[in-house]
Amino acid sequence: MPIKHENAPSIGKTASCDGYSLPASRRNLRDRLPKTGFNTLKSLGIALWFMFLTFPIMVIKVSPLEKTIEWRWNRLVYVGAGAFSLSMLWRFLIYRREAGTSFRKPLQERLSLFFQRKKSRKATALAAAFIFAALFPFIFSTYQTSIMISALMYVMLGLGLNIVVGLAGLLDLGYVAFYAAGAYCYALLNHHFGVGFWTALPLAGAIAAVMGIFLGFPVLRLRGDYLAIVTLGFGEIIRLVLENWNEFSFGPSGIAGIDRPWDFGLGFTLRGHTIYLFYIVCLLVLLTMVVVSRLRNSRIGRAWIALREDEIACEAMGIDKTRTKLTAFALGATWAGLGGCLLAAKTTFINPASFTFMESAIILSIVVLGGMGSISGVILGAFILILMPEYLRAFSEYRMLAFGAAMVIIMVFRPQGLISAT
Amino acid sequence: MEYFLELFFGGLTRGSIYALLALGYTMVYGIIQLINFAHGEIYMIGAFTALIAASALSMLGLDGWSLLAIAGLAAVIYSAAYGFTLEKIAYKPLRKAPRLSPLISAIGMSIFLQNYVLLAQTSDFLSFPALIDEFPFMEDVTIIRSSELVIISVTALSTALLTIFIKFTGIGKAMRAVAQDRIMAMLLGVKVDRVISVTFIIGSALAAVGGVLISSHVGQINFYIGFIAGIKAFTAAVLGGIGSLPGAVLGGLVLGWTESFATGYVSSDYEDVFAFGLLVFILICKPSGILGRSSAEKV
Repeated sequence: MPIKHENAPSIGKTASCDGYSLPASRRNLRDRLPKTGFNTLKSLGIALWFMFLTFPIMVIKVSPLEKTIEWRWNRLVYVGAGAFSLSMLWRFLIYRREAGTSFRKPLQERLSLFFQRKKSRKATALAAAFIFAALFPFIFSTYQTSIMISALMYVMLGLGLNIVVGLAGLLDLGYVAFYAAGAYCYALLNHHFGVGFWTALPLAGAIAAVMGIFLGFPVLRLRGDYLAIVTLGFGEIIRLVLENWNEFSFGPSGIAGIDRPWDFGLGFTLRGHTIYLFYIVCLLVLLTMVVVSRLRNSRIGRAWIALREDEIACEAMGIDKTRTKLTAFALGATWAGLGGCLLAAKTTFINPASFTFMESAIILSIVVLGGMGSISGVILGAFILILMPEYLRAFSEYRMLAFGAAMVIIMVFRPQGLISAT
Repeated sequence: MEYFLELFFGGLTRGSIYALLALGYTMVYGIIQLINFAHGEIYMIGAFTALIAASALSMLGLDGWSLLAIAGLAAVIYSAAYGFTLEKIAYKPLRKAPRLSPLISAIGMSIFLQNYVLLAQTSDFLSFPALIDEFPFMEDVTIIRSSELVIISVTALSTALLTIFIKFTGIGKAMRAVAQDRIMAMLLGVKVDRVISVTFIIGSALAAVGGVLISSHVGQINFYIGFIAGIKAFTAAVLGGIGSLPGAVLGGLVLGWTESFATGYVSSDYEDVFAFGLLVFILICKPSGILGRSSAEKV
């Protein structure tokens, strides 16, 4: 939902029709802010509330075995101070969001204007991105490259899930099942028959697609959240079967020693392999982007979007609901299968612990946080959600805390996603 | 037969806990159509608060039922407070947002709360004191433990109280009105924000009751217990037909029994597979859950 200025509370006689960049509206905003004294009082109240709220868990630490209690009163002060300042900031930001008066045009709008004004700018930016991607593994260390590979893999997964969730509007919480299918496809084929990466890659995609159709069939009648929970159930079933069926999947200990992609007999070092894999992922991401953007504007893509908007109207217009939904499931699953195959090749070790529900949740967050249905949004979302925990390693134990908080904050202030598809 | 009854009561106990949690899911869903993914975390926080309160109080010399009552009360109050705050921070600003945004915010909140407890307390399993004493008259009974009896009766009592609350009080009526049609309720002067807050408070309090009881029964907790329980309870809510209170209880019990019998007669490895398999099966046969009403879609 783009912020519409018509919806903003009446700005007064000085408001101009476009509502942007007027000093008058800025002054007005300040007038409409609640009085500072009241604000401080309210924040004090909130600080006290949070001190009460966090008291048992933050302050008291018990060890039931030794029967001792540790009191950590100093933490109460931190919580109080933190809650006070954050609540001031939070309320100001919420207020600004609701008034709809960011003083400049939204960044997204300015960017798209920047690129529309001159065609050459877009080409230059794209070329720069290409060159940067091509040189990336040579500029940065193996570690950085390997993180970037994960991020790009998630871009692929996000774009795949975007077909199902963003375009077709089917909330899939068990996407990780297809990811697991791809990974196990390569791992098992490689383990038993010594099949190479390049042979396994299309196979992994195909198997995941077939699985998508098989799982899609029974759930066609379900809508909305019922679909969500059934797909979640499927995802968990697949993981549990992989975990318990030792003869087939080697159980929780997983499969180790999976071959890296064939190196043409050049004998790559670890760094060489990483760089090689980086380029493979880059190519696959590029392919995914092209395919997804072409799909979106195709007949089937428009059918997906129509289906998302209104199922009954869609059927009345002669769209085959079954086939449209199944293709969405199958095509979405294909990318997960490819991603899984890549994961197995990258880590050379897989086990069921990599395919928990949390993984599905992260991929879904990439799609929603980036902006549903928009390709650049998904890319941005993947980079933020995958790279952030990596670079937050400096804060080691606090990184997941910050990660959760960031998800909430981004959603509250950009509910339509970082880059909305319009 | 005795084995069967043991499994039956075991399943009933487990199902009761699922039902207590599922009630929270289904109430929130009925009113704002949101899958409150952080609900399991509220349950976990309830269990932690009870553990902390019980440990602190037992050092002051309290024990037995008074300890259970005070620790339980602390858990209920704190969980309700957390549920209330959670809604204000993570969901209220998103009332008008696209449907999936609050879901992501809920997942974020769930990660946040898990890590908050992990950092402030510990990542290890903590042993939870057995707050429920063995009844003297239960000594000869082997098929059901005292704590199981308490869990089942407390769940029955809470469900009955909730039903009375929803049916016969003013705010209960307002809740039903908001669940039916939020805009219409607003036009008729129902304070929707307050109704939503009350829903979160009640749901969280029920989750805390479940958390305290099951932790005392099982004997250990850690920061991660809410996640699995939350997913299972959500499954139960959907199984029964989301938005329907009797459905949530029924779904919880069916899920509990399925797990218990699958563990007892087949294999404990595939316990969850049976639970989810049943869910998939029921939803394929009856797409809106056991007691859910299927509404006709209109263009």
